[in-house]
Amino acid sequence: MTSIDSAGRDRTEPPKIRFDGIGKVFHGRGRSVTALQDINLDVAAGEFLVLVGPSGCGKSTLLDLLGGLAAPTSGRILVDGVPITGPGLDRGVVFQQYALLPWRTAQGNVEFGLEAKGVPRRERADRAREYLHLVGLSGFHDRYPHELSGGMKQRVAIARSLAFDPDILLMDEPFAALDAQTRDGLQDELLRIWQQTGKTIVFITHGIEEAVYLGQRVAVLTSRPGRLKEIVEIPIAGRTDTEDLRSDPEFTRYRHQIWSLLRDEVSRAQDQELARNRQEASVV
Amino acid sequence: MSSATTSSATIARPAALAANPEAPAPVATPPVVERPAAAARRWGSRAISVFTAVATRLVAIGLLAAGWELFPRLGLADATFLPPLSEVLVAWWQLAASGELTAHLQASLLRSLGGFGLAIVIAIPLGLVIGWYAPIANLLNPLLEVFRNTAALALLPVFVLILGLGETSKVAIILYACSWPILLNTVSGVRTVDPLLIKSARSLGLGPVRLFQKVVLPAAVPTIFTGIRLAGAYSILILIAAEMVGAKAGLGYLINYAQYNFAVPDMYAGIITISAIGLLVNQLLVHLERRFSTWRTQ
Repeated sequence: MTSIDSAGRDRTEPPKIRFDGIGKVFHGRGRSVTALQDINLDVAAGEFLVLVGPSGCGKSTLLDLLGGLAAPTSGRILVDGVPITGPGLDRGVVFQQYALLPWRTAQGNVEFGLEAKGVPRRERADRAREYLHLVGLSGFHDRYPHELSGGMKQRVAIARSLAFDPDILLMDEPFAALDAQTRDGLQDELLRIWQQTGKTIVFITHGIEEAVYLGQRVAVLTSRPGRLKEIVEIPIAGRTDTEDLRSDPEFTRYRHQIWSLLRDEVSRAQDQELARNRQEASVV
Repeated sequence: MSSATTSSATIARPAALAANPEAPAPVATPPVVERPAAAARRWGSRAISVFTAVATRLVAIGLLAAGWELFPRLGLADATFLPPLSEVLVAWWQLAASGELTAHLQASLLRSLGGFGLAIVIAIPLGLVIGWYAPIANLLNPLLEVFRNTAALALLPVFVLILGLGETSKVAIILYACSWPILLNTVSGVRTVDPLLIKSARSLGLGPVRLFQKVVLPAAVPTIFTGIRLAGAYSILILIAAEMVGAKAGLGYLINYAQYNFAVPDMYAGIITISAIGLLVNQLLVHLERRFSTWRTQ
């Protein structure tokens, strides 16, 4: 097994998630694009893993594969040793644009996942309240999405994904559409919830600070085709206890390390795009 | 959510929706503490603003009524062809008192509601099927475009030819005319559901049936209702035209018949009645539509 698992982690314990030689090729308009290539990665149970990479590197594709919304062209993804064949309630997805049903209240939206799971009506209401409380939205259960701010909508979305009790939480740039202050607040909330619930979290972002702040490990992807460039361990303990962790020298060091790893990829991605535009222009 | 009514199938959105009174309330407003005097003053100014709003709306109608009354009386218009409003109202009252108006009204409403109701029952399920299965939609779309752009009344002679002069052809033409806005809006409502909502529901492992029932259908309801509201207006418009061809009762018949017999006030009484019904139906449907789409405010 050539899994790029640099950590000296107990290999006898099976991984929660295993990406096994994942590749994804898209065909369209007469050419094919390799979005992901040969991704090998293990995620331990209860781990907070952040995937970071330049835009268009296939981060979201990887999450779609993990969510079972698309199938890989090559390789397979194992959850608890079993290959993924489709979506399932063992994985909850949180999208950047919240994906709340606008005709349902906050509570109704949280109950939506529970309905999918077949939880009885009475229990649904109780559990929805409980999880709205967990994300700090007690008293907002009867609000419709259009009555909530972006941060509150994302809290509802997180509550919805937690309520049906998946082992794994998949988050696709969940805080990217929020303002900086709301984002900082929600990052702390997420860490708290993660510690409280012990979920395995796979979190996608293009924000370096966000990656270092949240991830126990940060997996850096290359620009297209997306490959695993390096995995950086961020052994910072007690993040939420430290006041202003972001100005901690250790934090800055990790931030710089990932920034350096990404810099080459970002400029490479830009070159690729320029070349592509030039090519298209010359065809026209 | 971006409004789900961008396809060519959708006809203009109601202004009433844009000016939704239930605009997003500011979240967690601190309770406003007011002294009773201030509250009373606020209530007073509110009453005045409501009064002005109502008055503004009545001014234009009032002017029309006054003009209608005065022009013939002052000899500015020929009173034979445009009798003063008061005479029309007297004629209307006589028609109503004799029970004649009720009979016509009943005949008209039965046709109108019959065609309209059947259109709802037929067009919504059909639209849901067409919208849900993309290949069917692609196959039928050119055909739908052709029929949509053919004025329903152009087909009235065809309906009369095939179904005769009786009730069937009248209900059928109304059914036909009402079906298009409902059908096309339903198709577009189903096809323009936010893909992210579908993706999110799929990630929860929802099968196609439940996906349709819990996401696609509710998301399409406001668009479908826009179609229903338009169809309601059509049902009255087409009704009158249909009743002017070989009917023995109905408001369209009344108007036409009165004109033939030079009972001009009766003719205007019929016209006023039909315009009142049109207004009423539209108000009712706008109200219903708003109830079903309070969430679509952006």
